[in-house]
Amino acid sequence: MSDEKPEGQGPTAGEGAEAPKPAAKPKPAASDSLGPEVRKAAPAEVGAVPAAKPVPAKPQKKEDGLRRTAAADESETNIWRYSRRDFFAKLGWVSIFSFLGVMLVGTLRYMFPRVLFEPSPLFRAGFPEEYLPGTVSTKWMKDFRVWIIREDGKIYALSGICTHLGCTPRWLEKEDKFKCPCHGSGFYRSGLNFEGPAPRALERLKIARAEDGTILVDRSVKFELEKGGWENPQSYINV
Amino acid sequence: MALTDKIKSVTKSPVWKSIFRHDYKDTERNRYLQILSNIWLHLHPTKIARHAVEVKYTWGMGGISFFIFLVLTVTGVVLMFYYRPTDQYAYHDMKYLMNDVPFGPFIRNMHRWGAHAMVITVWLHMLRVFMTGSYKPPREFNWVVGVILLVLTLLLSFTGYLLPWDQLAIWAVTVGTNMARATPLLGHEGPLGPQIGMKADNDVRFLLLGGTQVGPPALLRFYVLHCVFLPVAIGIFLIVHFWRIRKDGGISGPTGKV
Repeated sequence: MSDEKPEGQGPTAGEGAEAPKPAAKPKPAASDSLGPEVRKAAPAEVGAVPAAKPVPAKPQKKEDGLRRTAAADESETNIWRYSRRDFFAKLGWVSIFSFLGVMLVGTLRYMFPRVLFEPSPLFRAGFPEEYLPGTVSTKWMKDFRVWIIREDGKIYALSGICTHLGCTPRWLEKEDKFKCPCHGSGFYRSGLNFEGPAPRALERLKIARAEDGTILVDRSVKFELEKGGWENPQSYINV
Repeated sequence: MALTDKIKSVTKSPVWKSIFRHDYKDTERNRYLQILSNIWLHLHPTKIARHAVEVKYTWGMGGISFFIFLVLTVTGVVLMFYYRPTDQYAYHDMKYLMNDVPFGPFIRNMHRWGAHAMVITVWLHMLRVFMTGSYKPPREFNWVVGVILLVLTLLLSFTGYLLPWDQLAIWAVTVGTNMARATPLLGHEGPLGPQIGMKADNDVRFLLLGGTQVGPPALLRFYVLHCVFLPVAIGIFLIVHFWRIRKDGGISGPTGKV
């Protein structure tokens, strides 16, 4: 079943001298349930008859720019195709769509707030001496989701966000690994992923000694093993 | 005798006649008029083909899905009387509804079970349409509209899932939105995303959550999506979907019956 067919155009002021092409007249679709369509094609045929002079029905010459060739009978003095009315009509549409466009862009920008009330990424993690060599500290997991590990003369902070889909792994002391309860991803104490679906190692976080000697961890700055981040001196403290 | 007289005196009264302007003797024409001249009914076809009620062929799953959608809308509105989409109150309001509101558990369960059921019925509807070849011309575009409706149904399920604000909800949305950050171009951890300047605070995950974590802004956004934006969107596409079916001559039937 077809949708509505395009209707024939009525005669425009400047084209009265031409006979409209009869073959182009569409008939309304018989199956159209909207009822009989107005036969706008009919007046064009009626109106064109008296104006049809023995001028061969040829297509108008292609205009260059906004000019068009003068009609054969020279009854018109206007040779420009673009009137004041056309200009204002176009200006009107441009205004409407510009307005809508600006509204759309504004709405999209509106969805991205400038201020977030999320907890500060920074926290202090006590003194380096509180962490025994060769241990993983789970002291800050509940509040900040970070492990502090002291190993081989370095202290570093591991993010407790599983690199698979974001659950919180658990530190299993007896098995010497981090294990994620969601899908079974496993990580060594260095953070390296060795089992399960995790695609990357756990991220290390920016860690530094503050002026008062305490450890300062910044959870917003992450270092990934795969990008060489663990070599970055900001990702560990030497002890 | 007295009863029929009493009824007549009511149905011939000016009050009655101002509401019900005419009655219809049972003629063919009047059967049409009863549908066509009724504001609530006039979108229905006045007649349907006999094969339209062949449940073995049609399964009726499209209609059932739409019915469940209406149930979800009504129960959803009723649930709105007892729910505040904030960090402080969401879980509490759900508990209150379940324990201290008469028929609270009933309404909530209707909504939850209805949601699960609608997902199942839309998939069954899709399966039936495929198996009967009812996506073939002239119905190809309606299949596309149907797929859009499927995606909107799943999004409605996803956004609604967060609203109880319990552990199940929060972690489900964490996982889902973490998948969003891996989208090409739109996510800050997806291919081509970082190259065009996507970061954790301006990618599509940020847009969904209203932040970098699942928190109070995410709850409110999901609430608005779930209760307003997605229902309006699904309504628009339902309108197109049903219109297309009407225009194509009604529900498809077995071969030879169109």
